[in-house]
Amino acid sequence: MASTLLRTAPALRGALRASGIRKPAVAMASTSFVRGKATLPDLPYDYGALEPYISGKIMELHHAKHHQTYVNGLNSALETIAEAESKGEFTKAASVAPLLNFHGGGHVNHSLFWENLAPANREGGGEPDGALKKAIDSDFGSFETFRKQMNTALAGIQGSGWAWLVKDKSAGTLGLVTRANQDPVTGPYVPLLGIDAWEHAYYLQYQNRKAEYFEAIWNVINWKTVAARFEKS
Amino acid sequence: MVNIGSLWQYLAAHSPLQSTLSSLSTTTMSGGALNLTQMGLAPYSLPPLPYAYDALEPHISAQIMELHHGKHHQAYVTNLNAALASHVSAVAAGDVAAQIALQQAIKFNGGGHINHSLFWKNLAPPGTEETNPAVAKELVSAIEKKWGSLESFKKAFSAALLAIQGSGWGWLVKEAGNGAGLRIVTTKDQDPVVGGDVPIFGVDMWEHAYYLQYLNGKAAYVENIWNVINWRTAEDRFVGRNEENVKTEL
Ligand SMILES: [Fe+2]
Ligand SMILES: [Fe+2]
Repeated sequence: MASTLLRTAPALRGALRASGIRKPAVAMASTSFVRGKATLPDLPYDYGALEPYISGKIMELHHAKHHQTYVNGLNSALETIAEAESKGEFTKAASVAPLLNFHGGGHVNHSLFWENLAPANREGGGEPDGALKKAIDSDFGSFETFRKQMNTALAGIQGSGWAWLVKDKSAGTLGLVTRANQDPVTGPYVPLLGIDAWEHAYYLQYQNRKAEYFEAIWNVINWKTVAARFEKS
Repeated sequence: MVNIGSLWQYLAAHSPLQSTLSSLSTTTMSGGALNLTQMGLAPYSLPPLPYAYDALEPHISAQIMELHHGKHHQAYVTNLNAALASHVSAVAAGDVAAQIALQQAIKFNGGGHINHSLFWKNLAPPGTEETNPAVAKELVSAIEKKWGSLESFKKAFSAALLAIQGSGWGWLVKEAGNGAGLRIVTTKDQDPVVGGDVPIFGVDMWEHAYYLQYLNGKAAYVENIWNVINWRTAEDRFVGRNEENVKTEL
């Protein structure tokens, strides 16, 4: 699973570079696009494995339809950019940037999200331990305070978006950020744990009662993944 | 992009607060957490739907309509009233920081209330006279002038709806000023149409507007919404007969 993400993340980085207009046309060979083509990662568990907290139907649509649409949109944006740059049409290439950001962000965010989750009878739920627990305690006061702040951040999103536990690489501290729509977490922040607050992530099961979804999802958070990202960052 | 100044003007013009602020003494406020009614002010309320929850079937299911109106729209109204009450308290207490902090909540929930109020009225049960563009003679002729035909306008409008990234709305508006041209605009989240543009009709592209019935197939929702557009309301708004402005219902 991690390797799937690593395989596709450079594609996005390359695409973001490609969307700039610094490079001469010849540098943008179409082969780099083919090599960087994004694919839908497999889920590391069954669609029904997160029940009763997230229904199998939600997981199936979310992964096989929504995430797939971002993958397709990303590849088509990359293709448009590669083609435009190969013809020296840099303005046209740059105009695709919003689509690249949206679909590329959607692909990266969901790839990170699936890894953040695990069945409650396996790695899912509970509380972090070790260095991650220490960092959460020191930067938020306690795990419970962190959890409450994350839920407040999620509830405060006006529209579609995500909330993330991040590590600030320059300060070395943990923090919470929200992102609108599919804007990815970038800059000094390393995403450790993301929660999808788009309505498609919960509506079939929770309808307008999104606070219940934000409570339930803690039962299926995979703290091992979060800890691994924390230690690597 | 939203001009927050225009929104304030809009809310001010339609506000139940009016100039009663000055009559509130700070002593009344010091208890905190009063609601608008306790302050002697009329809160906003959820407007009744002009048709039954199941009236738009099979294009929009009764379950969607009931949740959308009874829960989502109600939440915007409730949260708008709560934010306005806090704002009144903050004004009375001279707490400028709190007033600023509340602006986003007022804008979001106020926008949600305005947008949904406009939306319900620009829909009508399929097969009724209202859903026949023939009842909107002046509007349709303006549309044909601008887009060539009603069909190509629908295509352009649908494409704009499907291109929205995240939650938002698509609107046909009559531009401010003497030119009075028609234009398709999209707004994000609950940003309302502002700047003097007159909304003719809007389509809610939040996932809650279609998900229970259409799932990820939003193109089908967009295709079917044309069966329930209320062209009579659209015509009234286009020629300036729109009740909303006269009765300040929002
Ligand atoms: Fe999602
Ligand atoms: Fe809505």
